[in-house]
Amino acid sequence: MLRAKAIWILGLLGALVMIFNLHAVFMNLPDDALQGGVYRIIFIHVPAALNADIFYTIALVTSVLFLAKKDFIYDSISVACIEVATMLVLVNLVTGSIWGKSQWGIWWAWDLRMTTQLMCFLLYLGYLVVRPAIAEPTQRATMSAFISIFAYADIPLVFMAIRLPNVRTQHPSAVLETGQMARVYWTSFGVGVLALLLIASALVLVRLHQETSQREIDSLRRELHAL
Amino acid sequence: MDIGSLKFLFYGYSAAWIVITAFVLLLVSRGQKIDRELTRLKSLVEDKER
Repeated sequence: MLRAKAIWILGLLGALVMIFNLHAVFMNLPDDALQGGVYRIIFIHVPAALNADIFYTIALVTSVLFLAKKDFIYDSISVACIEVATMLVLVNLVTGSIWGKSQWGIWWAWDLRMTTQLMCFLLYLGYLVVRPAIAEPTQRATMSAFISIFAYADIPLVFMAIRLPNVRTQHPSAVLETGQMARVYWTSFGVGVLALLLIASALVLVRLHQETSQREIDSLRRELHAL
Repeated sequence: MDIGSLKFLFYGYSAAWIVITAFVLLLVSRGQKIDRELTRLKSLVEDKER
């Protein structure tokens, strides 16, 4: 009951904040001098990536906790976070590709940032594909935890890809911390991150509830088998 | 806002919302399937216990 309430509150609040922010982004913010209006894609592109990293980090922590404590709740949290985060990475990749086409004239460039982010998507997609193939619950959770920890090694690479010295990338540099982004955009950017965080948290809770129900189904099947 | 720029902006936001909506629909459909299976198994266990 409490979980259902939390899902509704997070989801509705996230949707309201998102609508408010999109109104501000499209109606109030000025166009970029070089890009025109298309720069507004960053208000969904970057928040998607940041939120994906937040949920992948939670999944890393809960995967380690599962291996340490063997409590299945940690496995459930991991899979819920990874599924939502992978969807967010897909949003990040697709919106980035569309922005790239408008600015560079090409949909994709195999530079370090974009390639490592694609690798991130494929690694975690591998997690989601392999997981249902393992029938025994403890073995499935253990293997999933190992894959989650292994896949997380890509996240620092994605982060560092545009910050390494002597590496030239097609992807723009880290404008968030170099002061290249004008102050007028910061509020909408922060609110965009918050809105997507609220919506993604609601989705993680929904997925977590499904995972708990799935465990109940597994246990009922075992009970039926024993009867 | 120029038309070319607006076109890609529209594509970008449309694509993002299509991915998010598809994921939500996937969750809803999976949730319904899980609920049905749970109800079916619970009634089966009750029947067997009687």
